[in-house]
Amino acid sequence: MSDKHFHHKLYVKKNIDVAFSPDTLRKVESILSHYPEDQKKSALIPVLQIAQEEFGGSLNVDIMDYVASLLNITPIEVYEVATFYSQFYLDPVGKYVIEVCQTGPCAICGGEDVLHYLEQKLKIKVGETTEDKLFTLKAVECLGACGSAPVMQVNTEFYEYLNLDKIDDILETLRKESALPKPEKQTWKERLS
Amino acid sequence: MLTVTIDNHTIEVEEGTTILQAARLIGGDIVPPAMCYHSKLKDSGGKCRTCMVKVVQGSTKDPRPMPKLVPSCRTAVMDGMVVQNITSPEVLEARRAVVEFLLINHPLDCPVCDQAGECDLQNLSYEHGSNTSRFEEEKRTYDPITIGDLIQFHPNRCILCYRCVYAAEQFTNKRMHGVLYRGDKAEISTFIQQAIDNDFSGNMIDVCPVGALTDKPFRFKNRVWFLKPMDAHRSCTKCSGKATLWMRGNEVYRVTGRRNKYGEVEDFICNECRYEKKDATAWEIEGPRAIEPTSVISQNHYRNMVKPSVINPLKEKME
Amino acid sequence: MERKIILENIEVEGIRFLNVYRKHGGYSSVEKALKTMTPDEVVNEVKLAGLRGRGGAGFPAGMKWSFIDKKSNKPHYLVCNADESEPGTFKDRYLMEHIPHRLIEGMICASYALEAHTAYIYVRGEYKYIVGILNEAIKECYQQGLLGENILGSHYDLDIYVHCGAGAYICGEETALLESLEGKRGNPRLKPPFPAVKGLYQSPTVVNNVETLSNIGWIVNNGGETFAKIGIGKSTGTKLISACGHINRPGVYEIELGLPVEEFLYSEQYCGGIKDGKELKAVIPGGSSVPILPKNLILNTLQGEKRLLSYESLAEGGFVSGSMLGSGGFIVYDEDDCIVRNTYNFSRFYHHESCGQCSPCREGTGWMDSVLYRLENGEGKMKDIDLLVNISSHIEGNTICPLGDAAAWPVAAAIRHFREEFEFHVTHPEIVRNIKHGSLAKYINN
Repeated sequence: MSDKHFHHKLYVKKNIDVAFSPDTLRKVESILSHYPEDQKKSALIPVLQIAQEEFGGSLNVDIMDYVASLLNITPIEVYEVATFYSQFYLDPVGKYVIEVCQTGPCAICGGEDVLHYLEQKLKIKVGETTEDKLFTLKAVECLGACGSAPVMQVNTEFYEYLNLDKIDDILETLRKESALPKPEKQTWKERLS
Repeated sequence: MLTVTIDNHTIEVEEGTTILQAARLIGGDIVPPAMCYHSKLKDSGGKCRTCMVKVVQGSTKDPRPMPKLVPSCRTAVMDGMVVQNITSPEVLEARRAVVEFLLINHPLDCPVCDQAGECDLQNLSYEHGSNTSRFEEEKRTYDPITIGDLIQFHPNRCILCYRCVYAAEQFTNKRMHGVLYRGDKAEISTFIQQAIDNDFSGNMIDVCPVGALTDKPFRFKNRVWFLKPMDAHRSCTKCSGKATLWMRGNEVYRVTGRRNKYGEVEDFICNECRYEKKDATAWEIEGPRAIEPTSVISQNHYRNMVKPSVINPLKEKME
Repeated sequence: MERKIILENIEVEGIRFLNVYRKHGGYSSVEKALKTMTPDEVVNEVKLAGLRGRGGAGFPAGMKWSFIDKKSNKPHYLVCNADESEPGTFKDRYLMEHIPHRLIEGMICASYALEAHTAYIYVRGEYKYIVGILNEAIKECYQQGLLGENILGSHYDLDIYVHCGAGAYICGEETALLESLEGKRGNPRLKPPFPAVKGLYQSPTVVNNVETLSNIGWIVNNGGETFAKIGIGKSTGTKLISACGHINRPGVYEIELGLPVEEFLYSEQYCGGIKDGKELKAVIPGGSSVPILPKNLILNTLQGEKRLLSYESLAEGGFVSGSMLGSGGFIVYDEDDCIVRNTYNFSRFYHHESCGQCSPCREGTGWMDSVLYRLENGEGKMKDIDLLVNISSHIEGNTICPLGDAAAWPVAAAIRHFREEFEFHVTHPEIVRNIKHGSLAKYINN
């Protein structure tokens, strides 16, 4: 249950130049090749995901307009999609977005406790970002990991069978990781092994 | 030709005709009301669920009834189809429910709304709504946003029919607004601070079934029932130049497209005709526009209206 | 007897890699289908198998395939629905993570049957790590000539692409999924036309669930009739059940359809009984959308017959005393769980996930959420309970897509079977307000 008054603010275009690196552009080209020639718009969600990752974890008007120009569609078509899907962030977020599942099975297995504990630990409320811009806390609906409830997702990583001790460890690890120069990207194979 | 029976009236229609269009050909009380469908807007319809009807026989070939109510605006007639609209208590109950859903978050600010008197939602709730509200929660509200000097936008009144989106998509060269966010947080918006500025943007007002999009220069200038709608035309390079002038004496208060009896615009007009030709001498006036007897504009009150008996099973159960 | 089709060889080390998968018989169905069968013969086997859609609706897959518009001059598409988002359901994630080739093998056979040369796997955004696994598996297939041009020398070409969503439950609805795949908002389309006639890019399209497609290889290899002998009645084959909630052994289990619910719940092989030695209170057997059933009705039907894990048995008694197999998301509640709180929770979920396109769902889900929030927080009135039943009946059947039904059924069912708990929330607001989740049972029972 949320506030019944919606402050859907009007965003402002700052006309800051945004552009993908040549490497990323190649990635975009390869994504475009998945769809028929006349269906470039199909690449909208994947390209927005790349843009969000590339430009600091969230989207702004300039980024979205850039994506629109890449796919040859109107900016409003991009705004319509970006506001529909819950994983697109229209306001700045921290380096780690912690999304705690609050739905059914997680709720009966302690999902709310996890959320409240994180609020205390990070000294922020749901929806807010820590002052050091490291963590954003979000309450989300079903993450599809009900058998290992309670769960949360940090960026794309799942953390399952949570308890309060585990959360301390996770935050600690993330803090340490963030202090490293640039973390080596783990391949899925390494992560699964 | 296909034969279809709606509320015991049988008619022959061409292939591809929808149930709603067939009902309009028959006319009268059996025509389902429609809030989101607009015959001149491609892809419109199917969303508000106001025009739902019951198909008791699918066709001669396959006489099975359809399992659920169907939106008459988007369901094609099959040969031998038998449809119930006001003869089905189930349909009337569902329609009453839709009216209730559309009104729970509506501000009900008709006394200060420029659309009052020509509002489809007002008419719908008069015909199918209930006298009391069961909604005790806080109503949903949005921050007001400005979309320029020509169109006044009231997001709280919007019923998300998408008509203005289709109009912008189909009649302007670049759509600047759309439906943003989702669920009951969804709203019509431009997302960024900008004025909707386009030669045909004013048509968004004419296709809006409620008071969400109204004529800004006309705002609070008059009530529509004090005005006399006159058919008029002028030669225009951008549009057909066929319009309705809303006059009091010799003064033109507002110019709109000509709407048919279902509130649908017949010819879309350009902003020059709508906003810049407020002088009666700029127009060739054809004469007063025929007004439906149900309209407050001609009568100041409703006349010859049959209010369908709305069935409330819950009430029956309780009694 | 334990019967494995989808999860066969799941314990084999490295089964997610192509060489290991092939060593254990993987992709033999592709060889068989592409070299010895016509597309229609493949469709026919799937029809004979009686395989029903595993995503929730249970529509016969072979029949869905046969609806594809062959007169159309547009290309055909196969789209795999991997947008698993139904609360309680996490089987597809398990399957794709551990044995991705099972899905790809099925997709090649299915695409061949549908004469499609492009197929997409639409994965929900939260499963982004799965995208990497699938892409790796697909890459292996291209390298070994199982995908791309002239597959295994058969002159049949197929490309498979993975497409990742971005967080929207509604995209599990097949037409919303197609809209999303086309780069639009996930607004479900009006039907007809159905995807088999006008689907992706207005072309003939079949959308099948991950688990459905993962059965196809086995069916091609062993024949539809053999498959149809597994299971019970029209519930043929096996089913992945994802069990969660207050049980000892949550997880994904492959069961032969027809397994008694009681055995599934209490046997050590599966759920292993209720956690902490508590009593069973209720079960939602097919994902959060289907009606909840109290202990007596989930274990036995009203007629006193054993309730089985099958499409028919779980639906026995209609919504008065039955439920649905749905997607196989099996959520178990113990004696201390509060049904009102749980119903509110799911109502909030559907409110959050409604696309907002049609008025009954957009307005009705929010209204139910608000009323349930008040009830749960001790601010409800007795008349709110009937109001909820009434609102749910006004949403059900009147929306563009099944999300309306999915939002309405849980509320109606919870009140049908646990009305006294809702009334207790009205009559004892002070207790409801002060007591945390999970401990109301003793008050209600006393």
